[in-house]
Amino acid sequence: MSDTTISTPAETAGKGRTVAFRGGGFAPKSHRWVGAAVFVFLILIAEWGTRTGWISSLTLPKPSDVLETFKELYTSGLLFKHLGPSLSRLAIGAIIGVSLGISVGILIGLFSYIRSGLVPLVAAIFPIPKIALLPLFVIWFGIGEGSKYALIAFGTFTPTVVATYGAVDNVDRSLIRMGQSFGLSWFSIVRKIVLPGAMPGILSGMRISLAIAIILLVAAEMLGAEYGIGAYILEAGSLYDLERLFAGVVILSLLGVITSGVIGLIERRLLGWRS
Amino acid sequence: MDIRLDGISHSYDDFEVMRDISLHIESGQIVCIVGPSGCGKSTLLRFIGGLERPSKGRVYQLGEPPEGCLNPLTYIFQDFALLPWRSVAGNISLVLEDHGIRGARAKGIIDDVLARTKLSEFGNALPKQLSGGMKQRVAIARALAVNPAVMLMDEPLSALDAQTRELLMDDLVDLWVRQPFTAVYVTHNLAEAVRLGHKVVVLSRRPGQIREVVEIDKPLQERNFGDPELDAQQKHLWELMRDEARAADAELINV
Repeated sequence: MSDTTISTPAETAGKGRTVAFRGGGFAPKSHRWVGAAVFVFLILIAEWGTRTGWISSLTLPKPSDVLETFKELYTSGLLFKHLGPSLSRLAIGAIIGVSLGISVGILIGLFSYIRSGLVPLVAAIFPIPKIALLPLFVIWFGIGEGSKYALIAFGTFTPTVVATYGAVDNVDRSLIRMGQSFGLSWFSIVRKIVLPGAMPGILSGMRISLAIAIILLVAAEMLGAEYGIGAYILEAGSLYDLERLFAGVVILSLLGVITSGVIGLIERRLLGWRS
Repeated sequence: MDIRLDGISHSYDDFEVMRDISLHIESGQIVCIVGPSGCGKSTLLRFIGGLERPSKGRVYQLGEPPEGCLNPLTYIFQDFALLPWRSVAGNISLVLEDHGIRGARAKGIIDDVLARTKLSEFGNALPKQLSGGMKQRVAIARALAVNPAVMLMDEPLSALDAQTRELLMDDLVDLWVRQPFTAVYVTHNLAEAVRLGHKVVVLSRRPGQIREVVEIDKPLQERNFGDPELDAQQKHLWELMRDEARAADAELINV
């Protein structure tokens, strides 16, 4: 702009100044490689720090040692011995919690009395740290798998309920009105209009529920579990074996990334209709 | 099948929105209801189709709906009300499924109504891919699929731009000419009312009452854009409404 002012002042006077662009920003886009780069960068810093002694080995284990431990875990076959029970606890607990949560959430979303009765109850049990209830679950469901399923199910139940009834509340009422105006049965309206309409909210609620399920997995394996990622981490932690502790933590992180990725896939399959 | 409204009055708490509306809707006619905003014309339409209950008065169906009619009183909404997760054909099949119509029989009906609304090629498209005018044509096709006795149209063209509105009015006239249907057509657009209405019912401001019923005798197919006779009718309607519309505009909303 300054160039033109100097070279052709007469013409610029006619043209005026260029209007400055001020409409940028506020529209974040996701660049996949940036996320990976942040991970790589942090790991390289840690590796460099621990190698040069700038970070003491008591502060943080060397990432390459953690990898080594992970390899050992894999070659000894212990990885799957730990992973198997953990995954089944996670799956069964989360399926029970999420499916109960979706059903109760839909009922709360549709019926006044159920809503009035259960919303305060859900609000009351939501903030309870479910870990605090583990001894109670052991008494109720035994020291075996039952208490572990119950803990994970209970932990995923409340956030799923809250997400689901919020999603049902947000279903476009005009679509429900349309269903009624065409004489659709109550059950058809719920199945064909309410449920698909609430699906975006339910799925984003499931991201949170499943992350909570992974957190609770470690808690569930605190008592009476010989195998399991949680048990492995707790054992390593009590021995201050940081390499093994971190190897376990990395597995949990990966689990989190994988479940979130799976939900992303489901969203893309089921919610392609969103513009 | 005719519809008769008998002394419809309505109030929310002690706030009167409608007073003593009686009206006869004859089979095969399009009755337009116009009025200033907030006069309760959409509410009146919801009473006719049973989506809301008036505080006083009744809506009667006179005579039996025609053979093969799945949903006698069928709405067409201003916001289209299409399920965004179903394709065009899926949205139409939605209203057939509950009547046990599936498979080849459903396909026959869907193909027929899509052809009548000139949408045959778009059966598999999702609503998000369609323009506003096409969405409303899908909604019209869906309404035709249940073979209604009376179509209840709630500002069906108000969400569309002016050009699309003209095109869709022509489509509606074509549909009516090929097979006359009964309709109650609520609008705030007087041009639509004089183009499509056999009868135009003018409602007054709150509490909504019938001010005048204007009959327009000219056959639908002979009414064209910019017709001087219609313009005169439109002007007459506007004169009836102008002061009320101005007063309604200046009112505080306290519902």
